[in-house]
Amino acid sequence: MKTMKTQPVKLLKCIIWLAACIPLGRLVWLGLHDDLSANPIEFIERSTGTWALVFLLICLSITPIRLMTNHAWLIQVRRLLGLWMFAYASLHVITYVWLDFSFVLSDMVKDVAKHPRIFVGFVAYMLTIPLAVTSNSYAIKRLKSNWKKLHQLVYVVAILAVIHFLWLVKKDITEPLYYAVLLVILFSIRIYFNYKKNLKFA
Amino acid sequence: MTLDNNKRNPSNITSSEIAPKELFENRRLILKATSLIAASGLIPFPVLGNATTTPLPSGSKIIGIKKTAYGAEEKLTKYEEVTTYNNYYEFGTSKSDPAEHSKQFKPRPWTISIEGAVKKPKTIDIETLMKLAPLEERIYRMRCVEAWSMVIPWVGLPLASLIRWAEPTGNAKYIEFISANDPLTMPGARVPILDWPYVEGLRMDEANHPLTLLAVGLYGEVLPNQNGAPVRLVVPWKYGFKGAKAITKIRFVEKMPLTTWAKSGPNEYGFFANVNPNVDHPRWTQSSERRIGSGLFAGRIKTQMFNGYAEVGQLYAGMDLKQYF
Repeated sequence: MKTMKTQPVKLLKCIIWLAACIPLGRLVWLGLHDDLSANPIEFIERSTGTWALVFLLICLSITPIRLMTNHAWLIQVRRLLGLWMFAYASLHVITYVWLDFSFVLSDMVKDVAKHPRIFVGFVAYMLTIPLAVTSNSYAIKRLKSNWKKLHQLVYVVAILAVIHFLWLVKKDITEPLYYAVLLVILFSIRIYFNYKKNLKFA
Repeated sequence: MTLDNNKRNPSNITSSEIAPKELFENRRLILKATSLIAASGLIPFPVLGNATTTPLPSGSKIIGIKKTAYGAEEKLTKYEEVTTYNNYYEFGTSKSDPAEHSKQFKPRPWTISIEGAVKKPKTIDIETLMKLAPLEERIYRMRCVEAWSMVIPWVGLPLASLIRWAEPTGNAKYIEFISANDPLTMPGARVPILDWPYVEGLRMDEANHPLTLLAVGLYGEVLPNQNGAPVRLVVPWKYGFKGAKAITKIRFVEKMPLTTWAKSGPNEYGFFANVNPNVDHPRWTQSSERRIGSGLFAGRIKTQMFNGYAEVGQLYAGMDLKQYF
């Protein structure tokens, strides 16, 4: 039984690694071929931001899938998904700090303080740092029940990330709206199962 | 079929697509000139072939352009970037949409109707408009409200020459520009993202300023559809969205027009929309900008007041530009 369960985990992890490398590889490829559109920095920011959000949402869908099906083993790939989210979010921030603002701190401080869109993005990234740092088994053991509480910050990160995207677009909110709707669905499933569980114990 | 929309079978061309006589004669002139050049061996043969077979004039050379000193010191943004990175929501909201989805749009034949506070309402067709004044090449910086900028060699004539021809009355305090709104050929206009048609406006003195241009071309060629063919407004000291594209109507009015972006986001976009590094936008830093084509590591450049066209400052003497942004 046990061996049957470890095989799909390994396979799934392999698939996640491969899939996660594709967007990054694509950026490198397009960059080397001078094909990142007329505004390459915006292109990289947009792409890395989108993929961070995609990994975040996949990560957040593990529990709902587990609740609806019996595939409890899926939980074993959640850390990998979360770390890829952090990797793309970090590339997103590095692009902003380095390529977009050339490390000019005063300009960045002004940008973050003056523009709500940038501010929520900044807060969201700051909140992901403690999550990434405590993603190892050692931290899980040390933090005990606090670990779960800390990692509930991911819900806040997800909400802020979607707002960050929504406030970016001038008028056509279709794309960020897809993510918003998906997030609402994922939250609703959790709330529904929580409610059912509470009923049982009441 | 779908792979190459540009190459069309001559038998498919409807009569409405056949170029007007003047245009045809222009083309014969080009043909004459290019065949001479080709005969002299200066330009490879395909140029000649291109001039004879292109069914629509988009992309064809405009002849007899007067060079001017405007922007002579600037490094031009590449033609490819100017024509593939556009904000033109009638063709879609992504920057690449206008180049991809404007192929069905027909910028010729074209007439503009002149209405409102004028001696007599009239219409003018694009070919007549292009002869109202000598066509000039003007290299202008264009600063988008989204904090990027380009340097574009426009071909056009001062808006003032059309205003003179239109004969506005004393009641004309502002001009309203109304853009094309054809959902059939403009897929973005089928979506109510903005209140179509696109409306822009200028105060009379802004409109008559010698810098204000009606552009009919860029890089010495007829304006591509994605850049606002057949005729668009270029006001270099204002944010790019002031440059109404594919203008179909020009209305002289007494009251300040309610322009499209000002209507859709009054706290974000003002009527004046002068480039101003001291008035920030809720989404974008306005104190600096990214020059398109400068590369990954070039960094930002400082945005200049009135986009560097300081001579327009007198138009706003005594006005609080923080209030009238």
